[in-house]
Amino acid sequence: MNAPAVEVSGLVKTYRATTAVDGLDLRLDRGAVLALLGPNGAGKTTTVEVCEGFLGRDSGEVRVLGLDPATDGERLRPRIGVMPQGGGAYPGIRAAEMLSLVAACAADPLDPVWLIDVLGLGGCARTPYKRLSGGQQQRLSLACALVGRPELVFLDEPTAGMDPQARRLVWELVHALRADGVSVLLTTHLMEEAEALADHVVIIDHGRVVAEGSPSDLTADNPHEQQLRFRAKSGLDPALLVAALPEGCRVSEPTPGWYLVAGTVNPQVVSTVTAWCAQQGVLAEELQVGRRSLEDVFLELTGRELRS
Amino acid sequence: MTTEAGRFAPGTFTPAPGAGSPPRMLITHARTETMLTLRNGEQVLLTLLIPLALLVGLSLLDIIAMPEPRVDSVTPRIFALAVMSSAFTGQAIALGFDRRYGVLKRLAATALPRWLLVAGRVLGCLAVVTVQLLVLAAGAVLLGWSPSGVGLLWTVLLVVLGALAFGALGVLLGGALKAEVVLALANVVWFVLLLAGGIVVAADSLPPGMADVVRLLPSAALTDALTQTLADGSAPALSSVLTLVVWGAAAGLLATRTTKLV
Repeated sequence: MNAPAVEVSGLVKTYRATTAVDGLDLRLDRGAVLALLGPNGAGKTTTVEVCEGFLGRDSGEVRVLGLDPATDGERLRPRIGVMPQGGGAYPGIRAAEMLSLVAACAADPLDPVWLIDVLGLGGCARTPYKRLSGGQQQRLSLACALVGRPELVFLDEPTAGMDPQARRLVWELVHALRADGVSVLLTTHLMEEAEALADHVVIIDHGRVVAEGSPSDLTADNPHEQQLRFRAKSGLDPALLVAALPEGCRVSEPTPGWYLVAGTVNPQVVSTVTAWCAQQGVLAEELQVGRRSLEDVFLELTGRELRS
Repeated sequence: MTTEAGRFAPGTFTPAPGAGSPPRMLITHARTETMLTLRNGEQVLLTLLIPLALLVGLSLLDIIAMPEPRVDSVTPRIFALAVMSSAFTGQAIALGFDRRYGVLKRLAATALPRWLLVAGRVLGCLAVVTVQLLVLAAGAVLLGWSPSGVGLLWTVLLVVLGALAFGALGVLLGGALKAEVVLALANVVWFVLLLAGGIVVAADSLPPGMADVVRLLPSAALTDALTQTLADGSAPALSSVLTLVVWGAAAGLLATRTTKLV
């Protein structure tokens, strides 16, 4: 009973020539929220599907609620809730019918009518699945994952294709799940989401863990280091700004038109930057001082080039 | 945080996991499958309207030579067609699109065990076949059909066997290929078997060499067996029954290896 919700060590999964997951370790404690963060093709969905028992593994140990999903799937599945990527339902089934079907598979389900309503699907309860919008299909899929009162839920990109209101609702739901003691493993490529929801973030790339920790651990690599970022016309020479700043400050232009000053950012530094910009005849817009964001960490670790 | 408290009272999601009762899961799943098939216009056309139109047309019009009374010769063939339409073509197409829409994975992720996932579909299919045959039988009676009493009992057995054999073939096709390919192939096979597979034209009326091949098809086997029991009032030939069993078993075994969830 005290086994962690999910415990993965040395997981390897290959598809023909490609290695999707390459020696991954993962641990989700009971009642916690873990976000698996990574670019497309990093191995997030493969990892989740191995944990759900949909995919076998080439090597490594996987225990979900103390069970091996590869051999004990039928004992495991009644205890977990699954929101697969892209949802899933009969094309012609009405939203409410689909949820009732999934609810009938559980011993003590939540009230499907209430759940449909609270997820904002009351107005399309009688709409066939194939005519629901992408966001509505996602919300139905989330309802299906939750209706059986699971101990552990897997949410694979739960907010993909959702509008901001729906995304906010999902966040509230995840907070409520956590408060009620449900363990949650979610995947996302939205830093904001991982930062807002997760107790523990695991950043993966090319099937390996590249960093992990709480969102604050990950963003506070060096507690004394802060950042000042601002937007101005692109092509300013960072070297000139470095010369004007106190010793130890670094300046870069990570994306054209966005400048980053890293180091000990004090009021003196801020005033130097604005004065320097004034000298150059440019306006420093959206000037912001803070620690580096999870997004900075993520981009540093996984690179800036676009993935297909 | 105030809205959270308002929307979801503490304890709303407190875990209480567990599987539903198997009979309830089976009935709900089978009922869903049946309802979706009967609600689907194209499926109803394929499984009910076309067989009904052929029943009336072939009984009343002297297009193909058949023993009199024509309706007694036509009805067993139409029953065989109806079973093939539902269990093979209908099942294959439904499965192809269900996989496309991820429903198998969705259901496999619930507490529904694999055997129930199959059993629910089989039961749903048998329910649809029952509805079909009752409607077609009613139509045939109106046209003056007089089946043998013993034949009706055999029919129940043969229809279940035929539905399982054709169903296994339908799952074999629908479980392995892309939805569009399944749609095209399932319709082509249906049409070819209807015309040349011993349904509309009995295997016995074909040239000898071709007849021997056609008799080995599940369509001819089911048609011949139903004709023997319903029209002639005798027991079906063992060869017909064996043909259906072999097709069903072979397709079923192969399907367990080739069927994919998505």
